[in-house]
Amino acid sequence: MKPAPTASTSAEATSPEAVPVASSSRRRSRWLSNPGLVVSALVLVTIALLAAFAPWIVPHDPYAQALDARMLPPAFVDPERADPAHLLGTDNLGRDYLSRLIYGARISLLIGFFTMLVSGTIGTALGIAAGYFGGRTDSVVSFLITTRLSLPVVMVALAVVAVLGGSLEVVVLVLGLLLWDRFAVVMRSATMQVRGREYVTAARAIGCSVPRILWSEVLPNVVSGLVVIASYEMAQAILLEAALSFLGLGVQPPLPSWGLMVSEAKELMLFEPWMIMLPGAAICILVLAINLLGDGIRDATAPEGRA
Amino acid sequence: MSGTADLLLDVRGLEVDIPVAGGTLHAVRGISLAARRGETLCIVGESGCGKSLTSLALMGLLPPSAKRRAERLSFAGEDLLSASPRRLRALRGDRMAMVFQDPMTCLNPSLTIGDQLTETFLRHGKGNTRAARDRAVTLLERVGIAAAANRLGQYPHQLSGGLRQRVVIAMALMCGPDLVLADEPTTALDATIQLGILQLLAELQREMHMALVLVTHDLGIVARIADRVAVMYAGQVVEEGTVGDVFGAPRHPYTRGLMDCIPQPGRTVPGTRLGTIPGMVPSLVGELRGCSFRGRCPYAMPACAEPIALREGPDGHSWRCVLPAEALARAA
Amino acid sequence: MLRFAAKRLLLALAVAFAVSVIAFLLLRVSGDLAGTLAGEEASPEEIERIRALYGLNRPLVAQYGEWLLRSLSGDLGRSLFYPESVAALILDRLPNTTILASCGLVIALLLSIPLGMVAALRRNTWIDRTALGLAVLGQAMPSFWFALLLIFFFGLTLGWLPVSGTESLANFVLPAVALGWFSTPVLMRLTRAGMVEVLAADYIRTAHAKGLPVHVVLVKHALRNAVAPVVALASVQFGNMLSGSVVIETVFALQGIGYLAWEAISRKDFPVVQGILLVVALFYVLLTLVSDLLNAWLDPRIRGG
Repeated sequence: MKPAPTASTSAEATSPEAVPVASSSRRRSRWLSNPGLVVSALVLVTIALLAAFAPWIVPHDPYAQALDARMLPPAFVDPERADPAHLLGTDNLGRDYLSRLIYGARISLLIGFFTMLVSGTIGTALGIAAGYFGGRTDSVVSFLITTRLSLPVVMVALAVVAVLGGSLEVVVLVLGLLLWDRFAVVMRSATMQVRGREYVTAARAIGCSVPRILWSEVLPNVVSGLVVIASYEMAQAILLEAALSFLGLGVQPPLPSWGLMVSEAKELMLFEPWMIMLPGAAICILVLAINLLGDGIRDATAPEGRA
Repeated sequence: MSGTADLLLDVRGLEVDIPVAGGTLHAVRGISLAARRGETLCIVGESGCGKSLTSLALMGLLPPSAKRRAERLSFAGEDLLSASPRRLRALRGDRMAMVFQDPMTCLNPSLTIGDQLTETFLRHGKGNTRAARDRAVTLLERVGIAAAANRLGQYPHQLSGGLRQRVVIAMALMCGPDLVLADEPTTALDATIQLGILQLLAELQREMHMALVLVTHDLGIVARIADRVAVMYAGQVVEEGTVGDVFGAPRHPYTRGLMDCIPQPGRTVPGTRLGTIPGMVPSLVGELRGCSFRGRCPYAMPACAEPIALREGPDGHSWRCVLPAEALARAA
Repeated sequence: MLRFAAKRLLLALAVAFAVSVIAFLLLRVSGDLAGTLAGEEASPEEIERIRALYGLNRPLVAQYGEWLLRSLSGDLGRSLFYPESVAALILDRLPNTTILASCGLVIALLLSIPLGMVAALRRNTWIDRTALGLAVLGQAMPSFWFALLLIFFFGLTLGWLPVSGTESLANFVLPAVALGWFSTPVLMRLTRAGMVEVLAADYIRTAHAKGLPVHVVLVKHALRNAVAPVVALASVQFGNMLSGSVVIETVFALQGIGYLAWEAISRKDFPVVQGILLVVALFYVLLTLVSDLLNAWLDPRIRGG
């Protein structure tokens, strides 16, 4: 009894399906037109370059103590007491703060990156296995995820570091073994979606082996989600390392971990507040840049994320 | 027909604009309508012609991005354009109520049927909780829901689509409104129960002596229950009048085309193909001039590109077409 | 609902078991416990003696079985430093941590739900962007640093609030703000996302069509539906706060579970560490169970089914 719907409405004509696939130049402009993405990438590259070339850049040896030049404030805090040779002042042992901050970036980036690598490998493997095979594998992985989530990360990490001793390797390993859950959760659901696609069915039909399908058909199509989680988990690892070191159970002195620097400065907080402000702000800026980069990548790839 | 004293809804020159990517979508373009107490007005047209937006605009429920303008928009003599939000809320749900399209989504999933029914009654200060409950049970029974008292404690998901639409209708009637706007109340339902729901609406309209504005594309039901019909095309009312005039002697080629799309006993020869209207609805983005139907109209002529004046016949029959009044009658 | 609850309970029990195994193994396989206990200068004989004393020379499974049975009966062993038993120590400190985490959660909810609602209602305006910006910034700040900033400004510089101790509720304000701050961004984002989705729902238009006042539409019709996942997440966040209390309690020297854990870990007081790990993990399991059931109960579609 309806009038024949021979006509399509004008509203339908502008539906999202009609949007043509973005050309590569349009995609590039979309990446560049996202200010958060550009700024965070620039900040991150700067920090990474500083960290990489630290030995050639730093004005002083970050470990060299100078007991006659202790707790010199930066010029912008107190120009009277400041020493122009120490741009950001010196710590309670007279070590150059700027040099230590730059070396601290190495520690944060190294721990963040390798932790992300360890947890990403574990989580992605578990997640893809659960998503691709389903059934019992899926139940087991889901159970592992639930169990992992029940463990208090900071306490477990502290306890293990206390037993094994604090070092870069131990911190990376412990955090890596603790932070894989989000990778697993996201990869699991992404793989589940990809598994049903025609190209996976086709690959199976022509007799590709399972590892080959997972590697060359599934993984490339879930990778954009992976990058976002990776950035987030790297930021998490950096924050956790700082917390562990702050509590004295992470990276050990005299290494200039930013968390450790805050810890060493906290007794002097009332007199030299800049000493906790600087390393804390450094962590904050690094983590902010990584998170914004992740958000930016997510936003830039989301509408094309048809994978 | 009734006199002006019974005029409940009086709309002149209603326009709704929606900003879209490529400019402004003129979804509703200068509509004039009137609904009187005890009368059923049906608004018909293809999907996308702006009839649902019209009903939302009348209730003041357009999405925030949509802009409403009108020369006049009054309800029972009261100007709605200048009314305060508080005054509008006092009218909505009390004296003017709405029945929405999709009963599956227009009921709140986490509140009981009873709560959703009685809250209108209580908010508008019609009585205490007990009175609200009694009214809810009475209305649920009236709309044909068995074991009505037990339904009050149930949640929407426990009811079928047909039952939910009956609940939505009962909900609209809780305060005994003067005007009910029903926006395609059956499109989301199975064909088998559509007729029952529409007949129920028509019965209730007569019983409660309300004005019913029914937005639909079901011409069969229009012929049965409407007093007056407004035919909409591309955001305009192209023809309006009593159901007898509009269906019996259509003056606009589009109305004519709609009529040919439905089989009519005694007129349609069995075995022949039903008519279709070729072509596409024009884009409503940007300025439009002349008759918007001319691209699909078999009678189109150069004059159709000029602004079309509204022409009027007896009994308030009006239409926007340059054709001589009897041209279509001869063609039929 | 019953079926769902039973299934969920079974999972919780299995996870609890797995967690107990991990809590047990973590401190047994991550190093030579006897060696650590005996100290660095201990002779091999002394280490053997300690190993025998603590039953560390028996098979792991037997040790675990015994430990589990004892733990289930409420005996979590004895501290190596304090005269009290581990269970007594934990019970003694638990109230402080519970107060802290509860206040933290209340603060987080009081911040995140209104902010999330306003952000959703004023989508893409400066209010929305400010709220989201704060959330991003909040997530980037190290918790210990934020806590120190609070101490510096409100405790030391302005002198408004005490910076340590547990004497009165005022002592809990700064630690609770520090703790709650970190759950705020995620709860706010979830509230905002939920509200954005719900506000576009047909039943919100229905509520407006009924002539209901705006606050009734927002709170009764919208928030109720938007907030269900927030409730679920909030109880999980409560568990995270128990874990995060290590950092915050240490900064504020607040005598709770977290501070106890940090002390015990620093002194290698392993029975206490193990006990706390077990209790906190089991508490988390319980919380997720409660949150799942609560969420199911809030959603009549699951409750009825």
